[in-house]
Amino acid sequence: MAKIRGAVVVDVERCKGCVICVNACPTNVLSMSKDVNGKGYSFSYMENPEACTGCMSCSLVCPDVVITVYRMKVNE
Amino acid sequence: MGELRLMKGNEAIAEAAIRCGCDAYFGYPITPQSEILEYLTLQNPEKTTGMVVLQAESEIAAINMVYGAAACGKKALTSSSSPGISLKQEGISYIAGAELPAVIVNVVRGGPGLGTIQPSQSDYFQSVKGGGHGDYKLIVLAPNSVQEQYDFVKLGFDLAFKYRNPVLILSDGAIGQMMEKVQISDFTPRWTEEEIVQMTGSWATHGKPETRKHNIVTSLNLQPEPQEEHNHHLQRKYKEIEDNELRYEKFFCEDAEYVFVAYGTSSRLCQKAIQLGREKGLKLGLLRPITLFPFPKKQIKMATKKAKAFLAVEMSAGQMVEDVQLAVKGKRPVKHFGRYGGMIPMPDEILEAMEELIAKVEKKEAKKAQKKAKKKAEKEAKKQKN
Amino acid sequence: MSISIQDIIKEENKVFSKTKLLTDKVFSYCPGCGHGVAHRIIMEVIEEMGIVNQTIGVAPVGCSVLAYDFMDIDMQQAAHGRAPAVATGISRVFPDKYVFTYQGDGDLAAIGTAETIHACSRGENIIIFFINNGIYGMTGGQMAPTTLEGMKTSTSPHGRDLHQMGFPIKMTEIVAQLDGVQFATRQAVHTPSAVRKTKKAVKKAFENVKNKKGVSFIEIVSNCNSGWKLAPVKANEWMEEFMFPVYPIGDIKG
Ligand SMILES: Cc1ncc(C[n+]2csc(CCOP(=O)(O)OP(=O)(O)O)c2C)c(N)n1
Ligand code: SF4
Ligand code: SF4
Ligand code: SF4
Ligand SMILES: [Mg+2]
Repeated sequence: MAKIRGAVVVDVERCKGCVICVNACPTNVLSMSKDVNGKGYSFSYMENPEACTGCMSCSLVCPDVVITVYRMKVNE
Repeated sequence: MGELRLMKGNEAIAEAAIRCGCDAYFGYPITPQSEILEYLTLQNPEKTTGMVVLQAESEIAAINMVYGAAACGKKALTSSSSPGISLKQEGISYIAGAELPAVIVNVVRGGPGLGTIQPSQSDYFQSVKGGGHGDYKLIVLAPNSVQEQYDFVKLGFDLAFKYRNPVLILSDGAIGQMMEKVQISDFTPRWTEEEIVQMTGSWATHGKPETRKHNIVTSLNLQPEPQEEHNHHLQRKYKEIEDNELRYEKFFCEDAEYVFVAYGTSSRLCQKAIQLGREKGLKLGLLRPITLFPFPKKQIKMATKKAKAFLAVEMSAGQMVEDVQLAVKGKRPVKHFGRYGGMIPMPDEILEAMEELIAKVEKKEAKKAQKKAKKKAEKEAKKQKN
Repeated sequence: MSISIQDIIKEENKVFSKTKLLTDKVFSYCPGCGHGVAHRIIMEVIEEMGIVNQTIGVAPVGCSVLAYDFMDIDMQQAAHGRAPAVATGISRVFPDKYVFTYQGDGDLAAIGTAETIHACSRGENIIIFFINNGIYGMTGGQMAPTTLEGMKTSTSPHGRDLHQMGFPIKMTEIVAQLDGVQFATRQAVHTPSAVRKTKKAVKKAFENVKNKKGVSFIEIVSNCNSGWKLAPVKANEWMEEFMFPVYPIGDIKG
């Protein structure tokens, strides 16, 4: 069966830790880091990458445009 | 060469704009300069040369429309009279700060406040000492004839683009309303898009092509260091303007012992006063600044070699006189004569003021001579005793 | 067969990345501020339409004063409130170009009300983007004309008292009355679906300019986390609960 898999790459150093993406993800992929980046912000990362569908919700609302989204069809 | 025409000063500004390839005029009605907007809307140059003419909702809007058009590398003009120019000051400061070329006409009327619609020269400080906020200078041209009203529009744009600096034509209600013969020039076509890109592509906003970085027109520096550097740059530019763009006129100055300093309408009245004075045998002359910034400081200082005193004649309570005093540096008496609040002085009033000054200077001289003679006599008497 | 993340993260699988019409500079905005999303959407539309070489933007005075540092297009910075007049000047001398202003609520609805109304009334062929966050963000959270009743700001510390301070102004409804306005809409950028709708509106606005239809006025109700003193996610919830009833989302004209 064909399935859609996605992944996101967060530009960690530009993330301001606003959590808006985490809140927007329908499949609870994202979470905020325990560490901080160079600017002292906790940043967003895929805690639960298998659940990502590449729906772009996170990237659409990210105010700092730091999320890049990838998506592909996989046959399982 | 174009024709000779009888024109009002305000119309001359408008006609000159159309003919010198101006791209846009934005203005708001106010007496005594409304004819500029009226003439332009009547001519409707958008249909001929393509020049845009728009009545704005206020002087504030008009000067900011000029900002927008000028930042595109276009030749943009606005005009107003004193109260309207006060409203434009924020915009003028931005234009100076962002280094945009633009021409602004002030057909001055009497103030303060709503004042009067009659001619005045009481906006000198506002024109040459800043007017708006920050350290900036306008190039200030002061026409004294309808012909110069006409000629200074083109000159204004030439200087504005040469230095990327706003140019102010400081006229007054008398010149604006007066009718005189004007030698009209032929039409200079407006710059084409290609010419504009070629000439202003390094700074103006035309839409960013692939071939260059984006152009930004701004007067903002959040950091003080670059802002100070920007100010240094502006000051260097103003110095260059002072070195290269001074314009003035001398009238009977060769043998003059008493010199009028006057610009615009006052300079014409002084010419008449000189004629009357010379008939009486008074050696009078006139130094007429044509540019008020730059101001003919050196020329006035030089004149102290021959001149015994200066009379600054202005239709104001005394504004330019301060710059004359600064130039003379206390070496000679400098007095002011003016009618204001919309009143225009008569040549015989001006002559009378000069004669008063002459009388004072001569009285002082006579006293000095008397003292000297007395001292000499005493010395001699002492000598003889010994 | 299990697939690794590295297999997914490949150029050919990329479905969303930053538009190249945003520069590499980090936005000067507070975490979670809606200005960033609004910037991005506008730049995406310009890129997609391929009109960067024909577009000139006007930045306001407000938090987005530095929009010109982030938008990689030719831009001018206008005096506080005067952006519609500046845009008029540009559009009149470049009638075939795409000209837009980007303004806050203090800029557009207070000091620049006259310029806004008259640019709209003349039907200038421009787009006005109006970021309504109900506050003066840049100067530290003072009351704006759009501040809600009872809302606390640094100059309405006891909450906006309507008798003393007047009512919140609804600019989009006002300009929709003017014949020069072709399209007036109120949108938001806090959820994916809001972003999609806003982008559609932005596209429509640029199409309107292309077809010389007059003013397109797009209000974006947005957050000001710093001014509202709320964490970003909370601020967006507060916005839905309190701002949207006063400033309802949707097309008002056109
Ligand atoms: C003539 C003038 N008056 C006041 C200011 C100060 N000032 C700067 S931004 C601003 C308000 C900005 O608020 P808004 O337009 O809502 O933008 P925001 O920062 O909320 O995005 C004010 C009053 C100024 N720069 N110029
Ligand atoms: S792309 Fe969609 S599923 Fe994946 S992290 Fe972003 S919001 Fe979640
Ligand atoms: S929305 Fe963007 S800036 Fe905010 S936490 Fe997520 S990735 Fe970081
Ligand atoms: S002060 Fe408010 S409007 Fe300004 S950047 Fe911060 S959150 Fe955004
Ligand atoms: Mg605001």
